[in-house]
Amino acid sequence: MTNIHDDEIIGKAYDARLMRRLLQYLRPYSRQVGLALVAIVVGGAAQLAQPYLFKVAIDRYIANGQLAGLENLAALYLGIVAVAFAAEYAQTWLLQLTGQRIMFDLPMAIYGHLQRLDVRYYDRNPVGRLMTRVTSDVDVLNDLFTSGVVSVIGDVFLLVGIMVVMIGMNWRLALVAFAVLPLIALIAQWFRRNVRDSYRVVRGWIARINAFLQENITGMSTVQLFRREGLNFTRFAEIDARHRDANIESIFYYATFYPAIEAVGALASALIIWYGGGSVLAGTLTLGALVAFLQYSQRFFRPISDMSEKFNILQSAMASSERIFKLLDEPVTIAPPARPVARPEGATGHIAFDHVWFAYNAAPVARSVRLQPDPGLESGTPDYVLRDVSFEVKPGERVGIVGATGAGKTTLINLLLRFYDVTGGRITIDGVDVRRLDLAELRGLFGLVLQDVYLFSGTIGENIRLGNQAMDEGRVRRAAEAVHADGFIERLPPGYEAAVAERGSTLSVGQKQLLSFARALASDPRVLMLDEATSSVDTETELLVRDALRVLMAGRTTIAIAHRLSTIQDMDKILVLHKGRLRESGTHQELLAQRGIYFKLFELQYKGETRTENLELKT
Amino acid sequence: MSPARRLLGYVLKYRRDFLIGLGCVVMTTAVTLVSPLVLRYAIDDLTTGVTRGKLAGYGALLLAIGLVGGLFRFLMRRVLMGASRYIEYDLRNDFFAHLERLPLSYFQSHRTGDLMSRATNDLNAVRMMIGPSVMYSANTGLTFVIALALMLSIDVRLTLLALVPLPFVSLSVKYFGSEIHKRFEEIQAQLSDMSAVTQETLAGVRVVRAYRQEAAELQRFRRSNEQYVERNRRLIALQGFFFPSMSFFLGLAALLVLWMGSREVIAGRITIGQFVAFNAYLTLLSWPMIAFGWVTNMLQRGMASWKRMLEVLDAEPAISDTVRLKPDTTTVRPSGVTVSDVVSGFSRISPIRGEIEFRDLVFAYNGTPVLNHVSARIEAGQRVAIVGVTGSGKSTLISLVARLYDPPPGTVFIDGVDVREMPLAVLRGAIGFVPQEPFLFSDTIADNVAFGLDAITHDPDRHQRILSASAIARLDKDVAGFPKGYDTMVGERGITLSGGQKQRAAIARAVAIDPRILILDDALSAVDTYTEEEILERLAGVMRGRTSIVVSHRISTVCEADQIFVLDQGRIAERGTHDQLIRHDGLYAELHRKQLLEEELAAS
Repeated sequence: MTNIHDDEIIGKAYDARLMRRLLQYLRPYSRQVGLALVAIVVGGAAQLAQPYLFKVAIDRYIANGQLAGLENLAALYLGIVAVAFAAEYAQTWLLQLTGQRIMFDLPMAIYGHLQRLDVRYYDRNPVGRLMTRVTSDVDVLNDLFTSGVVSVIGDVFLLVGIMVVMIGMNWRLALVAFAVLPLIALIAQWFRRNVRDSYRVVRGWIARINAFLQENITGMSTVQLFRREGLNFTRFAEIDARHRDANIESIFYYATFYPAIEAVGALASALIIWYGGGSVLAGTLTLGALVAFLQYSQRFFRPISDMSEKFNILQSAMASSERIFKLLDEPVTIAPPARPVARPEGATGHIAFDHVWFAYNAAPVARSVRLQPDPGLESGTPDYVLRDVSFEVKPGERVGIVGATGAGKTTLINLLLRFYDVTGGRITIDGVDVRRLDLAELRGLFGLVLQDVYLFSGTIGENIRLGNQAMDEGRVRRAAEAVHADGFIERLPPGYEAAVAERGSTLSVGQKQLLSFARALASDPRVLMLDEATSSVDTETELLVRDALRVLMAGRTTIAIAHRLSTIQDMDKILVLHKGRLRESGTHQELLAQRGIYFKLFELQYKGETRTENLELKT
Repeated sequence: MSPARRLLGYVLKYRRDFLIGLGCVVMTTAVTLVSPLVLRYAIDDLTTGVTRGKLAGYGALLLAIGLVGGLFRFLMRRVLMGASRYIEYDLRNDFFAHLERLPLSYFQSHRTGDLMSRATNDLNAVRMMIGPSVMYSANTGLTFVIALALMLSIDVRLTLLALVPLPFVSLSVKYFGSEIHKRFEEIQAQLSDMSAVTQETLAGVRVVRAYRQEAAELQRFRRSNEQYVERNRRLIALQGFFFPSMSFFLGLAALLVLWMGSREVIAGRITIGQFVAFNAYLTLLSWPMIAFGWVTNMLQRGMASWKRMLEVLDAEPAISDTVRLKPDTTTVRPSGVTVSDVVSGFSRISPIRGEIEFRDLVFAYNGTPVLNHVSARIEAGQRVAIVGVTGSGKSTLISLVARLYDPPPGTVFIDGVDVREMPLAVLRGAIGFVPQEPFLFSDTIADNVAFGLDAITHDPDRHQRILSASAIARLDKDVAGFPKGYDTMVGERGITLSGGQKQRAAIARAVAIDPRILILDDALSAVDTYTEEEILERLAGVMRGRTSIVVSHRISTVCEADQIFVLDQGRIAERGTHDQLIRHDGLYAELHRKQLLEEELAAS
């Protein structure tokens, strides 16, 4: 709640730079854009001609009381109106469709980048905030392409055109009318600066609202169980009120801006009547020209206030694109190497940790400081989770990892899969540093079963198959059968086609575990990694699963993290982690014989199982 | 009540602002419409001869009109837009408050991203409908009426002629409007879907990476995105035609004025000044015509979004307080803000002892039977354990005690009172619940432990209670290792904590509220055996004389319980103490044998 959201603290404005970058997305569609520009010019010219025709009507026909030829003028006007219609239609059609193409390309780019960004980035940025990037910010940009930019281009053209026509008609009067331009520039400048700042603040609060909502909706049952409805409501209302007040502040700028522009417009009309009227009296200006001047000046101020109206959108789009680009610029430190090293021919997956040090709060040296560090996550000194850990896992070997909570067991898996890169030392597979392997190849070696089973919305079958469309129905079923998940799946009415609710909330933890087993099995990995995977399954299920695991582990390297020693006793090797250091390693029997940490852990568990008698004595 | 009327309720709360705002609209419109009149006299004077001084007077008048009109325009926007922001605030708060009252099952059947989208994107559309569209429609409607009256006063024939194309404007608004509305609804629905896809992928980033699902997820997003763009295009196809056709009809009106108006001047029926003023009015009219389409758009978007919000706001809080509180204490808003105050009074009257009874409880979830005629009695202060295979109904049974799901009437009782008849706050205030999958908030560790504590009062012993609860849950030793101790921020959903640490934080959170009933739903599964031993021992100390229900798979965890229930396919298959069940030689005994076997295997 207290950490500063980056949405609020973006530094200077680089409109031109952002715009250039945004326009790059237009490049593939330059033909459409070119055509649209032509349409804008034609449409603008048609608009410019309309007041001029009034001048002609007054000076040539009305002033002389001449009726003949008025029909031609009307016909010309009709033609111009028709051209304006065609041009405007062509312009919206072309530009908006192009905009839509970009609105497809850009989210794909963001989403694609999010798929590559380091897991560390996700630790720092709440999902709610990232979602703002993909949906709300993109939606704002959509506005820019569909209405903002289009009309700004047209407006600029119109402004220049009007100025040229006015100077052509009477340059003195034009200069008098233009006298108000510095005022406009001042007002626009003031508006621009303030609106941009206040808009930032507003977006920051929107991001907080999103983050708060996301967290509270996901954790609503906890909120309700602990009767936090009242307090959390108060907190939400607080954020909401700040958001409201920030918005109200920005209203002030808009509320001042439009009337100010209008008052300046009135000033211009006043000047035209006063000076232009004088010119008419002196005979240096026709009455028609004066009327045309008044009309042009009106049309002159409309694009300006229109542009400022779009400025709203432009502002939002700038702020959104700034955040989007910032996300796109977020470097991917854990990326496939440019020239990945292939594992030696016939390599079977020899894993080695070589003096590995790791701290979650120590950024790899190459990274420069970019974001405000999350206060809880990072601190001055690296907080080592792994200290000088070395071990190896031979192909086909089954290795168990034990240790108290927080000993660094899960971290081993995080590093092996390159969710994070080591702070010091190195990890190799078949002698190749994991950082030099192709990332997809590396991760493809492993089948992971995590503590928290994550299910996607879709069917049960899809959750086993994941994205692997090639996997046939039979393999999915066989995998489910092998881990004894078929029992509960077939009890569901549509079986494998049963829909999984968001995050599998309708399934029990045990059922989800079984599903994730099936998922791992179906992917047929070289190395199986179990992260306390069996800890939540009841004994009966666990016996079945262990049976399945035996089949699964055959010919496969297995790395299993477990709190319950019983699950790993028959492993080929057991590693004992303690406070980030590898303290013991060996088989179950060897470790027992050592009478060290493992022995203690084992004794405790054994004692735990026989606690009944002790307690009965106590009571 | 119709959707529109319900929205009106929110609007009427700010009727003063709306009245003032509309007053400003009237003023600014009236003043603005004076300026063409000034032009008319100035132009006519020019044709008949005038002094420069008088021209300067006209100029000054125009400027004054601009300034006064601007002042009211400023007030209009300030007041009306401000009010709309207040209404947005009220709506969002009510929306959130309503979410807080919805049952667990609602969140299981609705995606988070979708709900969020309604609270933000849809609400924004509703706000636009209340603020800008009210402001613009009042402004333009008034302009339309007054300008028309003034035009008629100049030349009735010319006015009628100029008005010929205008019905076409309205017709095209009507035709396009409903179609645009439909297409916009489709876009919003798709945006919602896109949000949901994104939310899911981002939250499950580790699994996506581990299984190299990046491309598949991108593909899934692409499909949703393609739909989104396609639906946008369908909207654009209409809009691209809509607006130009409006300016076309307006252009036709201008053409008629130019042509016929010139004739009228030449015929001497109107002056040049009137001709110019007439034309100025027509220009002023074109904005209302265009804004009319724009406003209908906003109204339609707004109503579509409002209906989507109502879908959530109208969702029954299936689990609601049926208890009738004394009328003099019911200052309770639907949001439940002040519930705790009311309830603290209630709980003083009848403190919960912790006796729990299930009477022939039958419960099905989504048509699947989960619990089948379960009857059991747990005395206050008893320690009870529930064992059973995956899917036997253990979690559901204890969820019903805390009313996470609503049991059928007359099936679940606490202290002899049907839980459905008990105020939720009283019920849940007495229960410390540790779920299977703990959910932590991105706050400090202290805030997470004191989560339930802070809900009720500002406890002067807060810090002390955090410390002791953390000690019981053996969270203290972990916290000691954190650089900022209890002030350490827990990452989003506690992602920087290990599974065991999360579970222990959740236990500390439950213990901290000093519950009469403690429920652990397999809450020690990720905790190592040594720590589990410590926690259980400490819990035994604090829970003396209090009721506790522990769901577990480990015999070691449950064997010391006063009563053990063995659930099998939704029935209580066996019940008794550890010794009784072993003697009974049924499921429990078999489970026990299996675990002993494991240990024997282990020891060999």
